[in-house]
Amino acid sequence: MKLDRYWAAIRLMFLIVLVMPGPGIAQQSAKSYRVVTDERLKEPEPENWLFYRGTYNGWGYSPLEQINSENIGSLVPVWAFSTGVNGGHEAVPIVNDGIMFVTTPGNQVIAIDARTGDLLWLYQHELAEDAIAYHYTNRGVALYGDKVFTATLDAKVVALDATSGEVVWDASVADNAAGYYMTLAPLTAEGKVMVGVSGGELGIRGFVVALDTETGEEVWRTHTIPAPGDPGNETWPGDSWRTGGAAVWLTGHYDPDLGLTYWGTGNPGPWMGDARPGDNLYTNSVIALDIETGELVGHHQYHWNGSWDWDEVSTPLLIDVERDGRVFPALVHPGRNGYLWLLERSADEISFVDAWPYVRQDVFTSIDPESGRPSYDEQKKPGTGFRAPFCPSLWGGKDWPPAAYNPGTKLLYIPVNENLCGSILGREIEYEPGRSFTGAESQMTVWPGAEHIGELQAWDMSTGEEVWTREFESPNWGPVLTTAGNLVFMGGTTDRNFRAFDARTGDQLWEHRTNSGIIGVPSTYMIDGVQYIAVQSGWGVDAASMTRRINRDLGTETFVPEGGVIWVFALQN
Amino acid sequence: MGYKENDERFLMTEVNGPETEVPMNRRKAVKAFVGLGLATALTDCTPASGGGGPAGEIPGPPPAQGPQLEPEPQATLSLDEHEHPVDGDVLVFALGTRKGEVVTPADVPLNGPQIFAYAGDADGAHGASDASRLDQIVLLRLDPLNLTEETSHHAADGIVAYSAICTHEGCDISDWSTENRRLICPCHDSEFDPTDNGQVTEGPARRRLAALPLKLVEGQLVVAGGFTGRVGFRSP
Repeated sequence: MKLDRYWAAIRLMFLIVLVMPGPGIAQQSAKSYRVVTDERLKEPEPENWLFYRGTYNGWGYSPLEQINSENIGSLVPVWAFSTGVNGGHEAVPIVNDGIMFVTTPGNQVIAIDARTGDLLWLYQHELAEDAIAYHYTNRGVALYGDKVFTATLDAKVVALDATSGEVVWDASVADNAAGYYMTLAPLTAEGKVMVGVSGGELGIRGFVVALDTETGEEVWRTHTIPAPGDPGNETWPGDSWRTGGAAVWLTGHYDPDLGLTYWGTGNPGPWMGDARPGDNLYTNSVIALDIETGELVGHHQYHWNGSWDWDEVSTPLLIDVERDGRVFPALVHPGRNGYLWLLERSADEISFVDAWPYVRQDVFTSIDPESGRPSYDEQKKPGTGFRAPFCPSLWGGKDWPPAAYNPGTKLLYIPVNENLCGSILGREIEYEPGRSFTGAESQMTVWPGAEHIGELQAWDMSTGEEVWTREFESPNWGPVLTTAGNLVFMGGTTDRNFRAFDARTGDQLWEHRTNSGIIGVPSTYMIDGVQYIAVQSGWGVDAASMTRRINRDLGTETFVPEGGVIWVFALQN
Repeated sequence: MGYKENDERFLMTEVNGPETEVPMNRRKAVKAFVGLGLATALTDCTPASGGGGPAGEIPGPPPAQGPQLEPEPQATLSLDEHEHPVDGDVLVFALGTRKGEVVTPADVPLNGPQIFAYAGDADGAHGASDASRLDQIVLLRLDPLNLTEETSHHAADGIVAYSAICTHEGCDISDWSTENRRLICPCHDSEFDPTDNGQVTEGPARRRLAALPLKLVEGQLVVAGGFTGRVGFRSP
C-alpha cells in the first residue's frame, strides 16, 4: 500500500509536467479562438465540426471530399492521444478552427491542437465518489461564443473558457442523489445551452432545461411528463407521473426556420407497463419544444405503455423526403423498437406518415395508418410476475449510436443489431430516491442459427427501399459519419476496427485496427488544406454488457480491451 | 473545481494537522491525514486541471507542509472519510417502511433477496444517520452448508454481509438471482457470489466485495469487525 502511494505520487508529478501547457500556448490560442455564433452554428464552415452531429439537422454529414472513395486506401493515423481512463468513450471530437474539444468518461474535457495533437488544456470535473450514474460516459461538448459547455454525471452544466479551460460558471440542474445524471452533449442555439437528464432506471421525472450561455441562469424547463392539470397527465395513474422516467439522454436537433428543437425521450419507469396503466406521455416519444419558451408544441409517441426498455431517445434526423411527388420536411427515426419511423414536422405538430420494421420485430401486430399507434401481441409484453419473450432485445434494433444522412446519395445509414431477442420478468417495486426503479430482470439471446448480429443498413426514405446492407458477425455499436467523398465511416465491432465504406454501394474500402472497440461518434475537419477524420476508441458501457451477454448465450469468449484513445487520420502524402 | 477555502477538511489540516500536538481520536486523525493529502494534491493539480492559475508556468515543488507525508493523489473524497463499521455496531434498514429500524436475524429471508442496511452504534452516535450511499451493506441469509469456509468464518447463523457497492463503477448492487444465488449489479451485470466471500463470477468487476463479519449477541445481529477489504470502486 505504501509503495502504491509512492508510485501514485510519482505518477502525479509526471502528469503535472505532461499536461502543463507550454509557455504562451494558451495566450496564442486566446488571440486566435474564433467565437461560435448562431450564424456559424446554422451554417458551419465545411472545415469545422461545431456540433454533436455537425449540423442542427443531425445528419452526421460533412461536405469535405479530399478524403474520398478513390483515395481512402492511403488513409493513415497522424496522431493519437490517450485519455488516461477506461470505460465507454462515446464523445465526438468537436473542432473549431484548429482546436479540438473532447470529453471522456469521468467528465474530463480535453482541448487539443487538432493538427499536431498538442494538449492545450485539460479540465477534470470533481465528481463525488458516491455520485449516482448508471452509464459512466459522456458524448461531447457544445460550443457557443467563447465558451465550451459540458454536462456532467452529477447533473451540472459547466461553462469553460474555450482558451484556458477555466470554469466561467457551473449550474446544478437536478439532484444527483435522486438519480439524475447527464451524459449527453448539450445543444446550443440562440443564446441558450440546452440539456436533458438521464436516470430512467432510477425513477426520475425527465426534463429539458435551457440555461443562458453567459450566466448559467435558467431560461426555461419543460418536463417530459406532464404535471396534473397539463394535457397528458391523465395517461398516468395516481402519482406515477412523479417517477415515470422519460429521460432525455441524447442531444436534440434544431429547426431554425420553425424555431423548434426536437428531443427523443426514454422509457417509462418502472419498466413494467402494468405498474402504470395508460399511454404514459411523453415517454418513448419525439417532442417539439419552442426554442424561446420551451413550450411543447408537438409530439409523437412511438410506442405507448412501454415495457421493453426501448428508450426512444435518439433524436430524429431532419430530412426533406419526397413521397408520392410531394417533398415535405420529415423527421426520420430508426427506433429502438425495431421500426423505421417517417414523420412530418410543422410549426404546430408532428404527424405520422409511415413506419416499417428494419429488424426482426415480433411485438407489434399492426400500426394504425392514421395515428401510427401500434397494437401489441400481449404475449410479447412483459408484466409483473410474467416473463415475456420479445424481439428485438431490450437494446433494440438500434440503441443510442446515431444514424447518418448523406444528401449526395440521399441515403440514411443505420447502425443495427439484428438477430437478438430477449425476455423480461417484472416484479413489484417501491420507489426510493436514487435507487434502481426498474422492477425487472432481463435476459438476452441470439436467434438460433444466426450467422451475424451487427449490420450497417442504407435506406432510401423516399422509396422506403433498403438499398444495401453490410453484415458483421460482431454486435454493432458504431455511430456513423458520412461525407461528400462518397464515404461512410463506422467502428462499433468487437474486433476494434474503424472502417470506411462506399456510400453508394456499401463496399468496404478501408479499415484500421485500433486499441479498443469504437463506440465514439466520429467527426471530420480541415486545417491548412488537409482533411482529418477523428474518432475515440474505448469500449464500454452497454456495448460491453451486450458482448458479455452474447458470450454467455453462445459460450464464446470475445474480449475487447478497455482504454480510451483519440485517433486522428489523414491521407498519406 | 476544488474545495472551498472554508472546507472543514482544510481547517483540520491547519488546526489539527499531524504536525501539531493536539490530541485527537482515531477518526479525526484519519480525516486530518486525508485532508493534508488533498491540500497537497490540489496545490499541484490546479493549473493542470484548468482550475485557475497562470497558464504556461511550470509549477515549482509543492510548498513545504511540515513533515513529509505521502500525498494522496485522489482529489475525490476518500473512503477513509466515511464512518466505517466497528465491532459491536448494529445494522439498521437503509430503506423501505422500516428505514432506520434495527435488523433482527428473523428479518433476513433465506436465499434472498438482499436487505440494504447501514451499520451504526446502538446509541446512534455514529453511522446510519449521516451515512453515505457508499456505506451501504447488503444482508443475505444462506444455507450454512453452502458457504465456503472463509465465508462461514464471517457469517452468523447463515447470515452474511457485504458492501453493497459494486467494485466496478460504484452502483448499488440491487439485483438478486434466486436461481444462481448471485448478487448482481444492474449497471453492467457484474455478479458476485455471496457463498464464496463475495467473489466475482461474471462481468467487468475485477475485485470481490468486501465482507463485513457478523456475530449473534444474545440473539441480536451485530458487526464482528471492520470490512475485510476496501469498500467502493476505483474511479477510472
